[in-house]
Amino acid sequence: MNRPKTWLLLSILAAWVISRFQGAINPYYYDILITIGINIILGVSLNLVTGYTGQFSLGHAGFMSVGAYASAMVTLSVGAHARGESLIFIGALLVGGLSAALAGLLVGGPSLRLKGDYLAIVTLGFAEIIRVVFENVEAVGAARGLSIPVHTTDFFWTFLSVALTIYVVVFLVHSTYGRGFLTVRDDEVAAEAMGINATKYKVLAFVVAAFFAGIAGGLYAHFKQFIHPEGFGYLRSVDIVVIVILGGMGNTPGVIIAAVLLTILPEGLRALGSWSALPEAIRPLIQNRMILYSLLLIALMLLRPQGLFSTGGRLTKWLKRGKGAAA
Amino acid sequence: MIQFLQQLINGLALGSIYALIALGYTMVYGVLKFINFAHGDIYMVGAFVGLYVTPWVWKVIPPGQDPSKFNWNTTAGGLVVMLISMVVCAVLGILIERLVYRPLRNRPRLTVLITAIGVSIFLENFGQYLFGADPKSFPDILPDRTIDIGDLSIFMNQIVVFVTTIVLLVALRYIVMKTRMGTAMRALSYNTTAASLMGINNDVIIAFTFGLGSALAAAAGILNAINYPSIDPLMGILPGIKAFVAAVLGGIGNLPGAVVGGLLLGVLETMVVGYISPMYRDAIAFAALIFILLFRPNGLFGKIEKEKV
Amino acid sequence: MSVSSALLEVDQCTVQFGGLKAVSELDLRIHEGELVGLIGPNGAGKTTIFNLITGVYQPTDGDIWFDGQSVVGHKPYQITARGIARTFQNIRLFSSLSVFDNVRAACNLHLKHGISHALWRGGAFAREEAEIAERVDGLLDIFHLSHLRNAECTSLPYGDQRRLEIVRALATRPKLLLLDEPAAGMNPTEKGELMRLIRFAQEKFQLAVLLVEHDMRVVMGICERIAVIDYGVKIAEGTPEAIRNDRKVIEAYLGE
Ligand SMILES: Nc1ncnc2c1ncn2[C@@H]1O[C@H](COP(=O)(O)OP(=O)(O)OP(=O)(O)O)[C@@H](O)[C@H]1O
Ligand SMILES: [Mg+2]
Repeated sequence: MNRPKTWLLLSILAAWVISRFQGAINPYYYDILITIGINIILGVSLNLVTGYTGQFSLGHAGFMSVGAYASAMVTLSVGAHARGESLIFIGALLVGGLSAALAGLLVGGPSLRLKGDYLAIVTLGFAEIIRVVFENVEAVGAARGLSIPVHTTDFFWTFLSVALTIYVVVFLVHSTYGRGFLTVRDDEVAAEAMGINATKYKVLAFVVAAFFAGIAGGLYAHFKQFIHPEGFGYLRSVDIVVIVILGGMGNTPGVIIAAVLLTILPEGLRALGSWSALPEAIRPLIQNRMILYSLLLIALMLLRPQGLFSTGGRLTKWLKRGKGAAA
Repeated sequence: MIQFLQQLINGLALGSIYALIALGYTMVYGVLKFINFAHGDIYMVGAFVGLYVTPWVWKVIPPGQDPSKFNWNTTAGGLVVMLISMVVCAVLGILIERLVYRPLRNRPRLTVLITAIGVSIFLENFGQYLFGADPKSFPDILPDRTIDIGDLSIFMNQIVVFVTTIVLLVALRYIVMKTRMGTAMRALSYNTTAASLMGINNDVIIAFTFGLGSALAAAAGILNAINYPSIDPLMGILPGIKAFVAAVLGGIGNLPGAVVGGLLLGVLETMVVGYISPMYRDAIAFAALIFILLFRPNGLFGKIEKEKV
Repeated sequence: MSVSSALLEVDQCTVQFGGLKAVSELDLRIHEGELVGLIGPNGAGKTTIFNLITGVYQPTDGDIWFDGQSVVGHKPYQITARGIARTFQNIRLFSSLSVFDNVRAACNLHLKHGISHALWRGGAFAREEAEIAERVDGLLDIFHLSHLRNAECTSLPYGDQRRLEIVRALATRPKLLLLDEPAAGMNPTEKGELMRLIRFAQEKFQLAVLLVEHDMRVVMGICERIAVIDYGVKIAEGTPEAIRNDRKVIEAYLGE
């Protein structure tokens, strides 16, 4: 048994063990924990596209919504069963992930011919079109949103997905095959001159990332039990982009830390914002997390474009050792 | 036929707004080769500045009593409001460029793009903090009435929007083609060294470009608010993106192209709303964008450039 | 259609940029194992010819045959897979990768196992990665870069970066190697060493080489045959001796 698979199994085991005690966790913190998990999946998967492959996408929430709706439809069409609930849930998540991956293929195929600003706008455009479609399809509740009768997302399923996402992204990238993603980011012309099919890598990154965004959407749908097209708009995509940029593009451990921080931060800000010692006027300023995010983004780009956690974390070193062992 | 004409007029009025915003995108792209994502939010700020200065302007120039009758005072007041808003936004645009974009010059485009997104989110959310999140109603700064020609009814304001846009375009054309600054701007978008031959500092030209673009966006914000008098801090997002689409449609960097693209998109959108379904109002701009980028990435009038290897 | 023994045959190719004919009705043949020089004044169209052969630019007119098949219309990565590799005049290494990884990435082309193995990480994957590492280290060794194996490629001196580009190109296992000014920015000692290395690699890997270089000592020193380009037109071709004494060449270089 080699190191990567051991790592995966141990994380899954840890998720299972912790999930045995999930009843003991205060519901408020439990809620935050699950949200952290979902955000890690979103951030780490987008990092494959934006960080490792260098393709700036502003439409990740669109793929999340596809996964959320597809998995919800599976659950709704099968109906509630006391038995086989887990199996149905796995099926729903997979359908969600695969539908999102398909959407990723359809969107990525044509749009990845574009670069930089244009790619950003086109992915944003596709995500908005997906949203408008959900808003107009009666079968999924249109603009009213969709309720999911079961609450199947729990600690185990969430962190199992987190572990799988990290495993796939990290160990894919850390292989000779996966170096292709990085070469496309660094220099597409040189990559092609080395026999690397840049388009294939870009689309692959897009599809894999969309798959996991779809899984995250499925988890989200079966956690909140209510989904709504507005919830997967442009700002949701920006949230995920902020996670990736704060963590450092192409730096998975950094992105994980950023996902944790940025999930807790709004809660902290909310608490701080209602602290009565503060002047009335600046409380709403603190409570609006987007003001802080945007300032953070700007400051980061001016001062530390490589992200907050870019150099030599322990995890990074560990990964480097793991890579050396594999090679 | 009447319905078609009606839609066409509505479309042109809407398209004028897009055209004014699109010009800012295109001009900034011309000199800096980047998409100023925050440009749509300047349009929003323009409308809010109008909202807040109107009472002050009205104290100095009292408007006419009957809002449906033409009145010189009201018109003059409206113009003053628009000018003030244009100046304020020009200053804001220059300030943003100075503080945020200038230090990032020659950095990777992605860095600049992300920063612009940051500025955009900041303006939207700080706007929510400053102005409140819920929509405000915009004062009638111009006399309004409908003109009926047969079955066709045209709002006076639509004509005002259209005419003002044309006046601004003529002014812009004069600035860009005839003044020294405009020539320097064109030289800079042609190439960076040509501009320094004009003897004008690149920083000054870029600041000027931001100021000019922001002023046009502010005018668009006011003009749109005259037609649809409900404004909120997030009102700039969609028109901003649509104007960007218009700029791309016309070939980014191409001034007349931006105007044609804006008008085209405005008409297209109104037609879709009128003849197909209002549900697809916002999707149509994106569909147009995707279509144009995939099949004519340099816009309707753009020329193709090949990367040198 | 063309039945020739040449490995590469450029047949009446023209490349036009707007009004500018960067390459004009070019004929060029390279045989297996041959070392051919391509020279010409600045802006003559040498790099454009490289871009033409490697599929970065498409010919406006004409045809290109490699190993008996036309490569016109193929994507650069497909042409590399056929056996043409290149270096870049303005060094284009993968800036975020280490020296080792730059070369490893170029082994991507000949991977037997794809994404599923990278994810499963079984024995076959480990064996192949080990093979690749061995090959990469072997190549780095030949070009005296082993000690820099784990360095950031951008931290390397100019000359080392140019040699790394050659190693990277060799990792794709080419039959024809195109070198665009590989000696630029090197000192005379380095240049001498580079000439020796090019010769060595040519023999060891049975390469045909097309070399663009401004340093006449390098070109005259190692090329068996030289083609001269001026304003996109081939004005002379022959042995170094013949080229040295060609009137047209001397005029093109001394200029008016
Ligand atoms: N993508 C392009 N678009 C327009 N013109 C181009 C392009 N690529 C090259 N050219 C032009 O083609 C001509 C030949 O350029 P090329 O780079 O091939 O010259 P070169 O012989 O390699 O010169 P040098 O010795 O300076 O490297 C030049 O005039 C150049 O400006
Ligand atoms: Mg050259």
